[in-house]
Amino acid sequence: MTIDVERLREDFPILKREVHGKPLVYLDNAASAQKPRAVLDALDHCYRTEYANVHRGVHTLSERATARYEQARRSVQRFINAASQQEVIFVRGTTEAINLVARSLGDTGLSEWDEILITGMEHHSNIVPWQMLCERTGAALRHAPINDRGELIMEDFYQLLGPRTRLVALTHVSNALGTVNPVRELVAAAHAQGALVLIDGAQAVPHFRVDMQALGCDFYAFSGHKLYGPTGIGVLYGRLEQLQRLRPMQGGGDMISQVTLERSEYAELPHRLEAGTPHIAGVIGLGAAVEYLETLDAAALQDHEQALLEDATTRLQVIPGLRIIGTAQHKCSVISFVVEGMHAHDIGTILDSGGVAVRAGHHCSMPVMQRFGIPATTRAAFAFYNTHAEVEQLVQAIGQAQQLLSGKQQAVS
Amino acid sequence: MSALSQLYQDVVIDHNRSPRNFGRMQEPDRTAEGYNPLCGDQLILYLRFDPEGYVSEVMFDGSGCAISVASASLMTEYVKGKSVAEVEHLFKCFHGMVTNAVDEPPATVGKLAVLAGVREFPSRVKCATLGWHTLRAALYGDTGHVSTEDKGGE
Repeated sequence: MTIDVERLREDFPILKREVHGKPLVYLDNAASAQKPRAVLDALDHCYRTEYANVHRGVHTLSERATARYEQARRSVQRFINAASQQEVIFVRGTTEAINLVARSLGDTGLSEWDEILITGMEHHSNIVPWQMLCERTGAALRHAPINDRGELIMEDFYQLLGPRTRLVALTHVSNALGTVNPVRELVAAAHAQGALVLIDGAQAVPHFRVDMQALGCDFYAFSGHKLYGPTGIGVLYGRLEQLQRLRPMQGGGDMISQVTLERSEYAELPHRLEAGTPHIAGVIGLGAAVEYLETLDAAALQDHEQALLEDATTRLQVIPGLRIIGTAQHKCSVISFVVEGMHAHDIGTILDSGGVAVRAGHHCSMPVMQRFGIPATTRAAFAFYNTHAEVEQLVQAIGQAQQLLSGKQQAVS
Repeated sequence: MSALSQLYQDVVIDHNRSPRNFGRMQEPDRTAEGYNPLCGDQLILYLRFDPEGYVSEVMFDGSGCAISVASASLMTEYVKGKSVAEVEHLFKCFHGMVTNAVDEPPATVGKLAVLAGVREFPSRVKCATLGWHTLRAALYGDTGHVSTEDKGGE
């Protein structure tokens, strides 16, 4: 089945705008995706007509807001096929989700005997919290290296995985390289050693559907804003038995069932881990985002993105001096590249003047840059609303940047 | 001229492709290292003074974008033979120029006026000032690392 991209683009109002007098070509989707009208309308509706604080309210607006808020939780549960809505915890984003698990794991006891295993392709948000945890507890942080294509070296991973491994934290899809990790296999291997598994799904959920029950991981974290939803909202999925063991990172309102001045009893999940007034509109907006995505054919979207990836890879790799960083066999529609004699920031600035938005830098993955011996890359990340015409515009713009920086051509734009 | 061609003027392209005073200096009086963690730009600045305390030689080494390399290259040409006070004054004029604090580039900046176009690109101001911040660190003997992220607004 094919999709009508032009019709889908109608759902995203911002795609109609111009930048520097040129039609916007938005290829910075791995950093944050644009929002469909369904999400914008849900946010507007929330604040304009049904807004009040959620939970425990007895008035109409609070009841309506609570119903919408909890409906969003059920939508997310369905979207990721979690076994129960109690397994869906709303947090600020992937970063907070990982920190919550890392903090709580430290509270429940780790020693110098214990190890945390990560990979060489993690985002800083799946490195730094574990470094902090290890500093706090004396546990050791191990990392499984990646090969020249940007794939996890499986033999090394298995060698590092052992009885001391308390938790494996790995990304589902690399934000800097586009690599898709064989997470099912890795989860099974980790569980066989008695280790918990946390998966950073921030870059996976925008590209394909994930199934928590099939995956079997203990924790899965993702952000709303990369999933066409609002900023400031994300999800920590956890298997119920694992979430029950987590100690709340924050105490406060909404997370208790009984409080005296001496002691408190905590509320049931999911509220136990959602202290304070939550990001109500954000949750409702995220619910609208996943409900919107559910109306689309996920397999067809993925096919389209893969076709864009293939098209862009073919076109980019023949540009003289251009080298794609991350050539894994299984990739999402994310292409990092370097061009001889051109710094990523210059490429980014010049492309922007032609309306093409890409990301330039280390993509919060400095160890990946170090692995490839480069300071930065330019990254084009395609969403399902991107087109083959936009791939062409990217290719043209890179050619113009090369001309300009080689001094052969004056800037024309 | 478009904002883009204001930014990437021929002089900038030329200094990026063939940076002046580029490389490692033997036995410098002072060195400092500058780093822009946002884009990975890294440069080392070397400085020598003459007996009167004037800057007699400046060199830089490292890697960076066209704006940071060209800016550092132009800077090394321009500060040679100047006193610390003159360099400081020049830095203030240059900084004002690229951060939009002044309407017209002041006459003092001379050839450095080619970088005035940076003001239209707020995300690139750090690139243009990296060399300067590193130079100041070297001048004042602050031999640690300079990071553009320690400089607040830019």
